Amino acid sequence: MEPILQIKDLTKKYKNFTLDHVSMEIPQGMIYGLVGENGAGKTTTISAILNMVEKNEGTITVFGRDYEQAEREIKQDIGVVIDGLGPYSGYYVKDIHPIMKKIYENWDRDLFFGYLDSFKLPLDKKIKDLSKGMSVKLNFAIALSHHPRLLILDEATSGLDPVMRDEILSLLQEFVLDGTNSVLLSTHITSDLDKIADYVMLLHEGKVMFVKTKEELDVDFGILHCGKDMFNALSDEDIVYYIKEEFEYRVLIQNKRELRASIRDLAIDRASIEDIMLFYIRGKKR
Amino acid sequence: MADLNKRCVSERDREYAVICGMLPVFYGIYNLAIDKVVHCIYTVLIKKVQYIYAKYRSAGDEVEIIISNSSNKAIYEQITSQIKGKVMKGELKTGDPLPGIRSLAKSLHISVITVQHAYEELQKDGFIETIAGKGTYISLKNKDFLKEEQLRQAEDKLQEVVDIAKTNGIGLDTLIKSLTLFYEEE
Repeated sequence: MEPILQIKDLTKKYKNFTLDHVSMEIPQGMIYGLVGENGAGKTTTISAILNMVEKNEGTITVFGRDYEQAEREIKQDIGVVIDGLGPYSGYYVKDIHPIMKKIYENWDRDLFFGYLDSFKLPLDKKIKDLSKGMSVKLNFAIALSHHPRLLILDEATSGLDPVMRDEILSLLQEFVLDGTNSVLLSTHITSDLDKIADYVMLLHEGKVMFVKTKEELDVDFGILHCGKDMFNALSDEDIVYYIKEEFEYRVLIQNKRELRASIRDLAIDRASIEDIMLFYIRGKKR
Repeated sequence: MADLNKRCVSERDREYAVICGMLPVFYGIYNLAIDKVVHCIYTVLIKKVQYIYAKYRSAGDEVEIIISNSSNKAIYEQITSQIKGKVMKGELKTGDPLPGIRSLAKSLHISVITVQHAYEELQKDGFIETIAGKGTYISLKNKDFLKEEQLRQAEDKLQEVVDIAKTNGIGLDTLIKSLTLFYEEE
């Protein structure tokens, strides 16, 4: 099956920042998480994917096609949810329908009003008067109602309470349920990705630090707590990154099973995406 | 656990559960030859919040799969050991359907790839079988697999016992005496 999105060696140079040879492949039916600090290059990557910035190098293929040949067709099938109200703040919620109907071929009126109903969004309210949670839900309603095949979310869940975030996560899993649509979820709320991501890419200062499946992170990675003796007994390959605390060493390992099998009584904790991110960014190599 | 369940089921899910609950009843009445109606409730533990997704309802079987994010066991392993455990206890029998991979991933709020991994392991170990176009079912390929699995689980427990004994200076003879007592109890 052809991947929904394929990026090869994407490079974009700004005065003080360079997105450096980023490659990414999103298969069909998957939720792909993009994590990194603020300023790591997540939004730049997404802007490039949406053809909103000119790239210096690299190729971007969406639904098997490139922007030179098929920009309009591609954009018809991408749904975008980003932080903010966009240009629609002065309109009423119900005004969105006639506007979007003209923009998207596959705009689904019943689906849109269905979402407004289940999200309890008032039709006669001005968009700028919506609460944060409601405007995010409205963004989702819009993005989903033209039947996109790729949903791109950039910090779409910040400012939402945990109950709403959980609803949104369920929505995303439902979106990929038939195995043909995919989601690119760029966020620094890594706990969301801990729950539903299939793939995780860590960006740092414009470079790709790693790309792993969530399954690999769950099965292979762990955080070992140990004293000096145990730390010195580990081989260099065992230590992905380490952080020396006041009374212990914390070591990020990626061979949890082998270590547990060879050494008894190891204190190894599960490593969340946030943990792994901190180790990669602030940890040391031996 | 039952109380937490009640507190966390949303309004929408309650309605959905009731509607879904009626379907098998109607279906059962409509098709009297079918006397086996499957009942599955998939329960999820997300940190301290419990989320219940009720799929079907009937009098009889209930299948719960519970995932803990704070366990040291990998998630796919939690799934496989729970399903294997149910098969060995007889709660799941050959022919019982398992949920689709994506549907289970969605219910449990985990990655599709994790569920795929669990199903692959179960298939490899001879507990389930996927029929193209129909779905995944419990299918005990080899009774020996079951015996091996049961022995392996007993041995894991024995290892734990030995560890405790060694740490606390309990001798092997004492252990054997206790084991014999327990075994001959009933």
